[in-house]
Amino acid sequence: MNVQQISVFLENKAGRLSDVSAALKDDGINIRALTIAESANYGVLRMIVNNPDVAVSVLKTAGFVVKKNPVLAVEVDDREGILHDIMNLCGTAGLNIEYMYSFIEQVSGKAILFMRFEGTEAAEKVFADNGFRLLSAEEACLI
Amino acid sequence: MIWDKKHETMPRGELTGLQGQRLRAIAQKVYNRVPFYKSKFDALGVKPADIRSIADIAALPFTTKDEMRDVYPYGLLACPLSDIIEIHTSSGTTGKPVVDAYTRADIDLWGESMARTLSMGGAGKDDILQNAYGYGLFTGGLGAHYGAQRIGATCIPISGGNTKRQLDFLRDFGSTALTCTPSYSLYIAEAGREEGIDFEKLPLKRGFFGAEPWSDNMRAEIEEKLKIKAYDIFGLTEIIGPGVAAECECQNLLHIFEDCFYPEIINPDTGAVLPDGEKGELVFTTLTKEGTPVIRYRTRDITYLTREPCPCGRTSVKMHRILGRTDDMLIIRGVNVFPSQVEQVLIKAEGVEPHYQLIVDRRDNLDCLEVQVEMNETLFSDELKVIEHKEKEIEHQLKEALLVHSRVKLVEPKSIARSEGKAKRIVDKRNI
Repeated sequence: MNVQQISVFLENKAGRLSDVSAALKDDGINIRALTIAESANYGVLRMIVNNPDVAVSVLKTAGFVVKKNPVLAVEVDDREGILHDIMNLCGTAGLNIEYMYSFIEQVSGKAILFMRFEGTEAAEKVFADNGFRLLSAEEACLI
Repeated sequence: MIWDKKHETMPRGELTGLQGQRLRAIAQKVYNRVPFYKSKFDALGVKPADIRSIADIAALPFTTKDEMRDVYPYGLLACPLSDIIEIHTSSGTTGKPVVDAYTRADIDLWGESMARTLSMGGAGKDDILQNAYGYGLFTGGLGAHYGAQRIGATCIPISGGNTKRQLDFLRDFGSTALTCTPSYSLYIAEAGREEGIDFEKLPLKRGFFGAEPWSDNMRAEIEEKLKIKAYDIFGLTEIIGPGVAAECECQNLLHIFEDCFYPEIINPDTGAVLPDGEKGELVFTTLTKEGTPVIRYRTRDITYLTREPCPCGRTSVKMHRILGRTDDMLIIRGVNVFPSQVEQVLIKAEGVEPHYQLIVDRRDNLDCLEVQVEMNETLFSDELKVIEHKEKEIEHQLKEALLVHSRVKLVEPKSIARSEGKAKRIVDKRNI
């Protein structure tokens, strides 16, 4: 049960993010979560959106290089120590986290961790076995 | 000092006579001994007997670099292999290397022409010559070496690189002459300044610089920083190596050793020989080489010739330093680089037609090459480390292919300017 994340290649130039948002604003795309990883010359914008397929095609039409990748959306209580619990679980299970980002879901008050693993399926099993709820693609689009 | 007074100051009439006589002999020789040339002569219907004077050279076929590669390794030999005592080749980065095979007489010729070169800049037996051209297959190192020995100078075969040691040697051995690429001389100057070396106090007097394009501005900078006279020298592996042409003390255009290496300027499109003063493609014929004589080699370098008398007393034709190329070749740190080589590497890495641009600049007096590559779906990943790994991989493969380091910069699609749909492949910011 994984969620499709969109990543976009961006050069480190003023105005490039604005070009992305401009491309997305007219096609009913709502960005649920967003993060940027950057190196000296370029960055990778990663997003969870309500409609990944439309977002990809809109961005491609606008000339961006775009990819869709599976990430896990782990729903956890918003409390002290929860991050350590998750990290501990991953460490013990030998899961290597490529990167992660998180946000608080307003209605439920739960925290959602978007996590990218080398092996998505193995990670999925570890979380399920330890009683964590993973959001489905549909749920992630609706949050 | 004029090293070979007889040939370097020969009256024009006598010189053209000598050239004609040598051309007849070489045409006869390659026709008889090199099947490659025989078939080229036959294709044009030219017989060696048709060559009566140097003016008849226009009847002979041109030779291109590609043709020379096609007959790699020994197809240009005009003597038994047992008479060859040394072999050099071009770097071979764009295909098979071009082979230059030298008989004992050819090595003598090379030493003589480099002796002329060094003497032109005032070097002699009292000089201590620090030879920082690379030794090996590259003709720069050994060419300068043979010349230095011929004039009786004390040659230090330090080869290229290891700048700290270059500085130590300049100081400790009191080198009076330096031979290397012009950009490396500036690099040495800069490194010396940082070490607190006062070049005014060093015995270094003169430098002989070539193997890459440079300019009068660069000369002024080298002379100012190293406190020397800087001379431009010219040569190419296909002909003999360095020692084809050089500047005299007037530092105004390069004297071509035309009694041995006969130059022509042609229209690169029609092949027609152009008069003095007109710019065109430089073509060379070796008049005296034994091992691998070359008939009308098209250098793809653009320049012009002049036979105006030179105050130094030499009568030889002079050429302007190379003004450009008829192809898209770049010279980066003395290494020939073609955009097509970069393209080959990128096609392999990306699996598709790449969009790229080469940005050449000179930083801290060294040429640097940046290869901008438009990002595409094959190269892209959501993980930075994967992108960075691919970047490094491409850099590595480019190094293997070009023999010179480059930095890869990934840019967004369509960000490389296209004119008439075609990307401009080269941006040279070196101002040389």
